[in-house]
Amino acid sequence: MAKRIAVDPITRIEGHLRIEAQIEDGKIVDAWSSSTAFRGIETILKGRDPRDAHHFTQRFCGVCTTVHSMASIRAVEDALNIQIPDNARLIRNLIMGIQNVQDHVIHFYHLHALDWVDITSALKADPAATAKFAQSISTWPKSSATYFKGIQDKLAAFAGTGRLGPFQNAYWGHSAYKLPPEANLMAVAHYLEALEWQKDIIKIHAILGSKNPHPQTFLVGGMSIPVDPDSQNAINADKIAYIRKLLRKARAFVEQVYIPDLLAVAPAYLDWAAIGGGVGNFLSFGDFPMDNSPGTGSLFFPRGVIMGKDLANVMEMDEKHITEYVTHSWYNYSSGDDKGLHPYKGETSHNYTGPKPPYEFLDTDGKYSWVKSPRYLDQPMEVGPLARILVAYASGVKDVVDTVNFVLSTLGAPASALFSTLGRTAARGVDCLLLAQKNELWLDQLADNMGRGIYDTFNKDKWDPATWPKEAQGFGYHEAPRGALGHFIRIENQKIANFQAVVPSTWNAGPRDAAGQMGPYESALIGTPIADPEKPLEILRTIHSFDPCLACAVHVLDGKGTEIVKVRAL
Amino acid sequence: MKTDLDAVSPPIPEEILQRVEARGINRRDFIKFCTVTTAALALPVSFIPTVAQAIEDKRLPVIWVEYQSCSGDSEAFLRANQPTAGEIILDLLSIEYAEVIMAAAGHQAEEAKRQAMEKYKGQYILIVEGSIPTGAGGGYCTIGGQSAVDDCKMLVQNAAATIAVGSCATFGGLPAAAPNPTSAVSVSSLVPGATIINLPGCPVNATNLTATIVHFMTFGRLPAVDRLGRPKFAYGKRIHDNCERRSHFDAGQYAEAFGDEAQRQGHCLYKLGCKGPETFHNCPTVRYNEGTSWPVMAGHGCIGCSEPGFWDTMSPFYRRLPKVPGFGIEDTADKIGIGLAAATAVAFGVHGVASCFRKGDAMEEDKVVKED
Repeated sequence: MAKRIAVDPITRIEGHLRIEAQIEDGKIVDAWSSSTAFRGIETILKGRDPRDAHHFTQRFCGVCTTVHSMASIRAVEDALNIQIPDNARLIRNLIMGIQNVQDHVIHFYHLHALDWVDITSALKADPAATAKFAQSISTWPKSSATYFKGIQDKLAAFAGTGRLGPFQNAYWGHSAYKLPPEANLMAVAHYLEALEWQKDIIKIHAILGSKNPHPQTFLVGGMSIPVDPDSQNAINADKIAYIRKLLRKARAFVEQVYIPDLLAVAPAYLDWAAIGGGVGNFLSFGDFPMDNSPGTGSLFFPRGVIMGKDLANVMEMDEKHITEYVTHSWYNYSSGDDKGLHPYKGETSHNYTGPKPPYEFLDTDGKYSWVKSPRYLDQPMEVGPLARILVAYASGVKDVVDTVNFVLSTLGAPASALFSTLGRTAARGVDCLLLAQKNELWLDQLADNMGRGIYDTFNKDKWDPATWPKEAQGFGYHEAPRGALGHFIRIENQKIANFQAVVPSTWNAGPRDAAGQMGPYESALIGTPIADPEKPLEILRTIHSFDPCLACAVHVLDGKGTEIVKVRAL
Repeated sequence: MKTDLDAVSPPIPEEILQRVEARGINRRDFIKFCTVTTAALALPVSFIPTVAQAIEDKRLPVIWVEYQSCSGDSEAFLRANQPTAGEIILDLLSIEYAEVIMAAAGHQAEEAKRQAMEKYKGQYILIVEGSIPTGAGGGYCTIGGQSAVDDCKMLVQNAAATIAVGSCATFGGLPAAAPNPTSAVSVSSLVPGATIINLPGCPVNATNLTATIVHFMTFGRLPAVDRLGRPKFAYGKRIHDNCERRSHFDAGQYAEAFGDEAQRQGHCLYKLGCKGPETFHNCPTVRYNEGTSWPVMAGHGCIGCSEPGFWDTMSPFYRRLPKVPGFGIEDTADKIGIGLAAATAVAFGVHGVASCFRKGDAMEEDKVVKED
């Protein structure tokens, strides 16, 4: 019998996401992804100083903080043809790198883990057996029976108050939870440890960026954080040493806790290597410049496109092939809502035509989301760690090939297992591990530059808007933790004439396009088994495997002089 | 176990410490937390036992909601140090609803919120993150099919007190920046007259949030506020007056360009657009991420993120403020507020007008508007 359900809010994500699904015979046969919140930041950006854009765009999202600063700074630098100093490249790589590492660990333990880990079962665990299990998978020192007993006691005292706080009303006891109590107890301990760890290692953002969330040292042309071993107000030897200590702490946790946990939990859920595949097309903009040659330089994660799961053929990425549809989104195009538009040519006005709240279900035949539908060569594309890793793997990047093969051989799974909910979660671990190992290289290079008397972090040649051409446009790329991020800016008369962001969760969370093709979330849900429609844990698993970030995903661009802009220019 | 901290602080009654320990909380951490929080609240050390008692007594029910937010304030909360987020979740508060961390989803999540609101009616603390869009009949933000407008009103009206965190919930923030496409408003604009305290900042400083909560738990009321509803303990002084680079300002030593020798040596960033002289916040003393740094320390000017309408009134961010007097340590928010209030009130209430300050020709001139 068919049953329609709505899961709203999808929690443990950033932003407001709603999933509606049609269930027949215990399986999802149709699904709709909707973002239910809108802010209109691109409209707000019009007419402002392009050098200010990164402050605004960073507030697209406070979870993937830094990433929109990075993309919009690069968009302006691309438009104005600005070359940044090598130290700025290295500082940016460090900020991006640790952002990825921290974000992935938070995702695994605090946003995703409770889909696989039943906290209540941890109360039944034998601490001694938990210690034995933990010691069998890792050399991480916090693994004694006493330690796990302490965690269990704390959990029991908490549960004993009868007030479960953020853990109440969840799907505990669901038949899809498969881990033994000992694995659950270990996961709870690591949930708490990761909570401590993340706030420590992200101090690297405070050192290099002033604070986290929302670091404030990005500049068009470089970074404002000075480098000078002879100043106590700059990155000096003391701060390099502190960053190094934090990077090692970051790496140790990833290598000794996150990855072993991932590999220990995955075997209990191998059926999820055949669920949640999705559209099978993957896009990566590539990132982490390994040298300071003009343009992007050589990127640690390469740029590329994979169509139809064909790992033998990595196509070149050309941003010209990107279009966005609004057929099922609450916006209008003047040329008709059935055509896609390139970001530079975008023209949109928001127009809510959904049901008047409170409502029970959306009209999914019509417009049903604040997210648009980006397409590449008119195809829906998945972006994110899986896309990034697949493009690098298929391109033969040695570090990536080795790490992926290690994970696959440990799990006894073929490469095709990567096209799944489990594959997405595993690829995020691979991504995190690679960057945790790479970060120290960039710190070494920064220290090396300092040693050779190279202190520049900022290129001031084009800081003064008087030096700019009358018109310019640029594309700012970034591989954010959640995937390919592109900012597109048009500058006219030293002001922002048009700004648009095509964001990872826009690619992934978008609704159907004009041709009726589903977005990646929707497509990935088809065929997912649902044991109990009242407790759709399985939906959370697949949706969380993408690490949704909806505040990022929703945006509006603008062409010329819509009414809103006219009103403001009065 | 006795620690050195026991010796320097007024004694926290042993029975409290024992009960705390029985709950799996480290005695030393607890004492340290009570001490730091008491200091953050600018209370004398004799209040440490009172603070300890308040914290130990009960887990305060909290509902944390997000509307037009970026979750940056939730993330800031996760970086809290004294106490840590883990301690807050398990020991200090009973977080009944918080989308970013809660295990439940969908209607079970909404049910938890409704139950908490009814069970703890008039007793819970509501924390609101993000502005509330009033346009499109509520269609710009819905949760579980309900509009943010309805959800927020209901939760505020049933709360003991509401803490608006971050600049969007306190003053409308980024969504309300010109031209305010969604007619976004702050919590206090949506529900006038309610008991609301404003903790602006982009994002909120977790230390200030923790201190506000503990103040409420200790004294049963919210801390004293300025005319913008901000607690004086955190927003009573101008950044400029507590700035570590203030002596360079007074000595006329300025960085003239990013990356120059003066900027590397920590000279004043006023000429690079720093908004510290018009911004009230305790960033220079509390800093961020366990006191690691703050924007001026990292070589970038303040952008004024704790002031109403700062996206419009403080931008362009790299243009220097006009006419900042050389001395003014004794000035308070209310004293210099006359000029500032005119600009911010306009920005806050009439965005179309606010925007003209930065549009067209006005953008090329210094913002004398504030000095009028």
